Amino acid sequence: MKPAKFFILFFIFSSLSLYSFDSNKNLGESEDIKSEIKKYIKHHLKDSHSFYLTSFTNNDTGKKTYIEIPMPVILYDNGFKFFMSSDFKHGKEIVIDNETYYRMNYDNNKIYKTNSDGLINISNEGKVLNEKPLDFSITKNIATILLVSILMFFLFVSLAKSYRTNNGVSKGIGRFFEPIILFIRDDIAIPNIGLKKYKNYMSFLLTVFFFIWFLNMLGLTPLGVNVTGNIAVTFSLALLTFLITNLTANKNYWGHIFWMPGVPVAIKIVLAPIEFLGVFIKPFSLLIRLYANIQAGHIVLYSLIGLMFIFKAWIGSSLSFFLAFFIAIIEILVALLQAYIFTMLSALYFGFAVEDHSEAH
Amino acid sequence: MEIPLIVGGGLIVIGVGIGIGQIGKGAMEAIGRQPDASGKISTNALILAALVEGIGFAALFAL
Repeated sequence: MKPAKFFILFFIFSSLSLYSFDSNKNLGESEDIKSEIKKYIKHHLKDSHSFYLTSFTNNDTGKKTYIEIPMPVILYDNGFKFFMSSDFKHGKEIVIDNETYYRMNYDNNKIYKTNSDGLINISNEGKVLNEKPLDFSITKNIATILLVSILMFFLFVSLAKSYRTNNGVSKGIGRFFEPIILFIRDDIAIPNIGLKKYKNYMSFLLTVFFFIWFLNMLGLTPLGVNVTGNIAVTFSLALLTFLITNLTANKNYWGHIFWMPGVPVAIKIVLAPIEFLGVFIKPFSLLIRLYANIQAGHIVLYSLIGLMFIFKAWIGSSLSFFLAFFIAIIEILVALLQAYIFTMLSALYFGFAVEDHSEAH
Repeated sequence: MEIPLIVGGGLIVIGVGIGIGQIGKGAMEAIGRQPDASGKISTNALILAALVEGIGFAALFAL
């Protein structure tokens, strides 16, 4: 445990780097402040190739210094290519690798192939016309997911060990987590899935609950990660629920979908396509709910903080502070609530899938 | 006169708000009548609220 902790911290701090270069535009003058805030929020909501911590501008020299952790970039373009994201210098420099040129478009944080001038062609609709290599990079979101996975692994393995050494009584952080785990078992899994089969699903429910909760809470820290507000992440989580539901379903579940028992034949035929669509709509609503809630929370928080720069007076700052403070507290509640609802609805769907209809109804 | 699209967004949010409010009202009244069943009632109320909210988000994304 100790060496692992040390290794992780050492890795993070050794890779921390400082860049400074001239900021080529005067902020606040060339662009109007509202559109700048909008751009900033949009940029934050997207995944990025470096773990941005903070930046400051030296007033004398006009140099902007970024403090950030660069992430490895892995591209597949006739063979794998590896380099660090710091080579891009925030989209200002072109990376040359085997006579192909890559450049990061700062507006959407995506890497494009360019010619030797580093030209990025943008169509009238605002779409980038350049060719895109397949991007397998360790981005900010992926790094955060890996970090949370490692954290959860060590946390819960050490928790399980502490029960063995302490005669089945929780100690330390286990006193905080034990009631939550018992709540998931007694109030989510057992009532929805049933006493007979709930044990098969407990591992998934606990994992998904703590994974979503930790990531949601991490999204509220000044690190500015937005993992559960990324539709690809929530899609994967919902896909897991979808697969587990349909792969462990018994014949009663499929019977209820394609040939609903206990209703006239005409209604059976009408119900079958609706129920079949429901199979896909259920996990789809899961993914949209988590994504939209977290995304909306982040947009609201950033917009309220942005009020400070629009009003430019004491009233704006104090208003922004109080509103952002209260929304942040509500967001802490939402972080827990969304993890709970995702787990709850997953358990409900598993319950439908394994329901035993031995008694006729 | 053309009605801007964002008005639809407002209407959606009003509808979802009324819906969740009704669910909360029903749940509170039910708990008032049957305080013993508060656990089951609040669980079901949360699920229903989540479903209504899901429809609201789906509609907002269609905007």
